[in-house]
Amino acid sequence: MWRDHLTEIIVFTVLFLLVSGMGFLAARWRAPKDMAHLDEWGLGGRTFGGWITWFLVGGDVYTAYTFVAVPALLFGAGAAGFFAVPYTIIVYPLVFLVLLRLWSVSHRHGFVTPADFVRTRFGSPTLALIIAITGIAATMPYIALQLVGIEAVLKTMGVTGDSTVARHLPIIVAFAILAAYTYQSGLRAPALIAFVKDSLIYIVILVAVIYLPYKLGGWGKIFDAADAKFAATPAPGDGILLNQNNQLQYVTLALGSALALFLYPHTQTGVLASRSRAVIKRNMSALPAYTLLLGLIALLGYMAIAAGVKPLPGAKEGTVDSNTVVPLLFDHTFPDWFAGVAYAAIGIGALVPAAIMSIAAANLFTRNIYKEYLKKDASAAQEAKVSKVASLVVKVGAVACIVFLDPQFSIDLQLIGGVIILQTLPAVALGLYTRWFHRGALIAGWVAGMGLGVWMLYQIPNAATKRAHFGGSAFPLEKFGFDTPKTIYVGIVAVLVNLAVAALATLALKAGRVPDGTDGTSRSDYFADEGDEKLVPAPRQDSDEVTVEPAPQV
Amino acid sequence: MSEPPVTPEPPGAAPPSREATDRSPWNWLLFLPIVVPLVPALFNMDSPRLFGFPAYYWLQLAFIVLGVATTSVVYRMTRVRAVTS
Repeated sequence: MWRDHLTEIIVFTVLFLLVSGMGFLAARWRAPKDMAHLDEWGLGGRTFGGWITWFLVGGDVYTAYTFVAVPALLFGAGAAGFFAVPYTIIVYPLVFLVLLRLWSVSHRHGFVTPADFVRTRFGSPTLALIIAITGIAATMPYIALQLVGIEAVLKTMGVTGDSTVARHLPIIVAFAILAAYTYQSGLRAPALIAFVKDSLIYIVILVAVIYLPYKLGGWGKIFDAADAKFAATPAPGDGILLNQNNQLQYVTLALGSALALFLYPHTQTGVLASRSRAVIKRNMSALPAYTLLLGLIALLGYMAIAAGVKPLPGAKEGTVDSNTVVPLLFDHTFPDWFAGVAYAAIGIGALVPAAIMSIAAANLFTRNIYKEYLKKDASAAQEAKVSKVASLVVKVGAVACIVFLDPQFSIDLQLIGGVIILQTLPAVALGLYTRWFHRGALIAGWVAGMGLGVWMLYQIPNAATKRAHFGGSAFPLEKFGFDTPKTIYVGIVAVLVNLAVAALATLALKAGRVPDGTDGTSRSDYFADEGDEKLVPAPRQDSDEVTVEPAPQV
Repeated sequence: MSEPPVTPEPPGAAPPSREATDRSPWNWLLFLPIVVPLVPALFNMDSPRLFGFPAYYWLQLAFIVLGVATTSVVYRMTRVRAVTS
């Protein structure tokens, strides 16, 4: 059946190889004298300007999975899936001032990860370890999900076979290439590729939102078709508008997701790689351009309804893989060659965040586990080397997740990931503003928030997939004993409990005069900007102890 | 986007006693685009439709403009303050 998709496969492969070549060449782009330093490999030299940061963070936040899963949500549930739009609107004003402080203090002290900051701020390697492990655990399934995005495309093109190996071979090949150029070029690779990825996505979506409504009889018809579909289903929660019972969930999910977004290590990597505070501020105004794109992409779900798309069967008997609705919509409505371009956009769209995420997870391992506990006197070159190897391990782990586990498992983990990364909010985000919390209290709060969050997720059934546990992030309030059918986002409840426990424990520990760690930062660290003489400079000089990487062989 | 080079303050120009800060009354504006998209009563309706979009959709897309305008204004106003002081 793949023969029917030959044109699409050729276009997809050519674009994919082109981008891979760029990934290897990226090592020479804005080349440093010495790549064997974590600031260079893991943060691109901390010199990215406005445009690069925009593409990099945009490619990081709005991933292939988002582009596939959000329309699938609208396709399945309607208005509730649109939460991605308010989420990605409120996040920028929300973190506008916070990220500036994070950038300044990180540049003064040479922090590469959020756990680096926590270690110095609270004088606690243990708390830093907890933050690092939370970050790695939340990021891993996110990487695996990018593979789910590529897989949806490959499935639609019919290039996946039936046996376990044949089904996954294309993905293994794609990820091996990705792993190789990330190893070689570090953060420069996704930064450079992001240009191509986003240009392709913008072109595809502009064409889609102009051409498809024209073909389907206008926007009004599209919304009416969706309305008719939801009216015909027995499920009470769907529809093209919110109902009384899912508004609280909608609002708390948007707010919780926004709070979580810049706690993820990979988004912080994008921010820390920028050159100055002004670059970050300007990007807070420029990044919402992607939100508009995301909103339009979300509506592809309704277009799929109007076009009569039926999703392909899922991995298990009797289920459907709703992630295939967007690729199928392109397949049905676009000429073959343009569908190929669209698929390449999604496929490449998975590579950029997967690369950044693996770099961020590798940096966490290197800085907060390897250097902290395994080899305290590691040189800069050794750190970079360990990070490069760790990024390979992370990717192998992500591929293994997809090959050996049910993809649904990654989706569950990702759901948990958003909830658990939120539990680092008191230490990382509030820690940027106040040193009031006791380090022991932050650990206690984290334990409480994690425990409650995972318990709540475990309690959520899913009627559609007939699962008793981990069926979503909408927790029915009746399980708390309230007499209401309303639901709430788990992450918000868990982080509020986390904060309450941390505050109470702080009071108790302070009353008991339990020794607190020392704060390694000073007030002015939080306002330092480009040009500040105390900023830790990126390594620009060769030193004799480090080996200079040979020029890349392409 | 052309990026004007950020000129570091010449040594001795700023009195060292003056502490750097992000404080500005303009920052309060940032609450507007955080709160408005989180009040479903403002946008959870079908009419009026715009180009066939129910109000629920075009209003929420319009909030993007609100967010961009607000962060841009805050950026401009706080930047001017920093230069003149």
